[in-house]
Amino acid sequence: MSAETATARLTPAQVSRQRRAASLRRTWKQFRANRAGMFGLVLLVFFVLVAVLAPLLADPAGLEVTKATGGVLEAPSAEFPLGTDDTGRSVLTLLIWGSRISLFVGLFSTAISMVIGTLIGLASGFFEGWTARMLFRLTEWFLVIPFLPLAIVLASVLGQSLLNVAIVIGVTSWPGTALLIRSQTLSIKERPYLERARVLGAGRWHQMSRHVLPNVMPMVFANTTLTVAVAIISETTLSFLGLGDPTRVSWGSMLEDAFSVGAMTTGAWWFIVPPGVCVVLVVLSFTLVGQALEEVFNPRLRRSR
Amino acid sequence: MTTAIVSTPTTQPVSGRTSYARFVGAKILGALGSLFFVLVVNFLLFRVLPGDPARTLGRGRFKTEEQLEAFRHTYGLDQPLLQQFLTFLHNTFTGDLGVSLRYRVPVSDLIWDRMWPTVLLVGTSTVLATLIGVWIGMASAWNRGGLFDRFSTGGTLTLYSMPEWWLGLLLIATLAVGIGPIPGIFPTGGLHSTDVDPGTPAYVLDTAWHLALPVLTLTLAYLADYSLVMRSSLLDEIGEDYLVTARAKGLRDVTVRRHHATRNALLPTTTIAAVNIGFVVSGAITVETVFSIPGLGLLTTEALDIPDYWVLQGAFLVASAGVILANLAANLLYGVLDPRVRT
Repeated sequence: MSAETATARLTPAQVSRQRRAASLRRTWKQFRANRAGMFGLVLLVFFVLVAVLAPLLADPAGLEVTKATGGVLEAPSAEFPLGTDDTGRSVLTLLIWGSRISLFVGLFSTAISMVIGTLIGLASGFFEGWTARMLFRLTEWFLVIPFLPLAIVLASVLGQSLLNVAIVIGVTSWPGTALLIRSQTLSIKERPYLERARVLGAGRWHQMSRHVLPNVMPMVFANTTLTVAVAIISETTLSFLGLGDPTRVSWGSMLEDAFSVGAMTTGAWWFIVPPGVCVVLVVLSFTLVGQALEEVFNPRLRRSR
Repeated sequence: MTTAIVSTPTTQPVSGRTSYARFVGAKILGALGSLFFVLVVNFLLFRVLPGDPARTLGRGRFKTEEQLEAFRHTYGLDQPLLQQFLTFLHNTFTGDLGVSLRYRVPVSDLIWDRMWPTVLLVGTSTVLATLIGVWIGMASAWNRGGLFDRFSTGGTLTLYSMPEWWLGLLLIATLAVGIGPIPGIFPTGGLHSTDVDPGTPAYVLDTAWHLALPVLTLTLAYLADYSLVMRSSLLDEIGEDYLVTARAKGLRDVTVRRHHATRNALLPTTTIAAVNIGFVVSGAITVETVFSIPGLGLLTTEALDIPDYWVLQGAFLVASAGVILANLAANLLYGVLDPRVRT
């Protein structure tokens, strides 16, 4: 009752802000009810904290081969809780600093893929005619190009740097997003409120930016989280194949080192297990959060799962 | 990870056989279009992107301008781009993929030789993963929220989040090398022992013994895909009216599951299986590297060190063509199984 009287005196901007806050609260409440999603979120916050606080947790000097203090492939001890690598660096230090690279590449390449995917998906769903058809074809073509061979070829042609790895992953992983956005756009386009907007004389840009985009945004968000998971696996794989940035330590490059010095045959498990476990946990956390978001934003899924 | 494209209906369906013929025609045309696109990408990647291909392809091997010039002439890089593209098309269609810089043999021969280990490895794993994955997905969806469901969904999600080559490394460290006093029982890599004669039964057993761990790795990696998809598509079916009808008719639970729900839920899984076979090359790249199996995947990663561009280009072409063919097969199969998608 009081809300109703209050609304009467509010400006439209305030009303919409209130509604947005309410819908955020509702989303959060639904998300919190999803146990797997919450588990993922907690895990994710932990890894983000580790990445952000890396300089406090481990001395960056520990990354330099020349300043290494430990022996070669030393087993875990009080001084090196996770042992040392083949150059005598602490595996724990490498692990902490490696989280930055994995998260950075994962997020940056996802951002690239999201921008391309959303733009192409929106355009091919919203517009009609040959441009849209061409864009759809392009998406289909990119979808059939196998990711890893293309990424390998691109990475070897472009050269090795952190940015290139992110770009390679970004430009090869957008088609899935584009198809999702396209199908969402196609269904939103047919809804009555867009028809109303068209009748009232709304231009394409207005329809797109004020009606279609806000409605596909939640799905984009959920999809983004899932894409980060795939991007992080891709980064690890590319680094493992020696296509990552040779000057930086990432979980993938640690595993590449471990593989090339034969850590699995010499029993140096501390050089193989921890980086892989970190990859699995981060990827799992993004996947769980993404799935939970999908369920929140897509009620059809909630009923069936 | 692997998605098949099933197009949305855009035109009014024409009845019966004509519609399927038209559907097939459209899909084949689409596949040809994709193939052409792949050829263009393949051509441009190696010639346009890095600036001067002669320098990139030779990466520091040419010291003088004459050497560069000779290299350009050998590979036709001194001709106009369109001319180069036509030559490239002609060569590709006549099976000439260039000569490997490392092995000094035609790339097409190299790819042909290396294809069989990969096909054996990926084929076996795909069959196993499909059977086990479908079973797991079915069992967990039918008792949603039960102990088995929670356990298997957690397990498959973890497998899904795992780089498959890391799983391979773990399996090598535990089952091939052994932990502490427990000895390993499988070889750490390779496809054959050196002392076994080809063609004998012992040779077959030896190959199977070598392939056990890589097949296990890939099976576990693929399994997650199948069981997650099977689970969610069976869950979609469970709410449908026809299942209520079937139960209301008094059919047993097993019958309803086997003959009603599963048959429909298998549709998306079929597509994934067909598409996955197309990922023969790319799927095996890392696992073959870890287990040093002389297939197309190992060929690709070996080519990276040189870098052996013609081999990379050939492997990329074969990989893409495989996916396109498998996608076509999946689409046609889907058209037979589910007439609704024919447009």
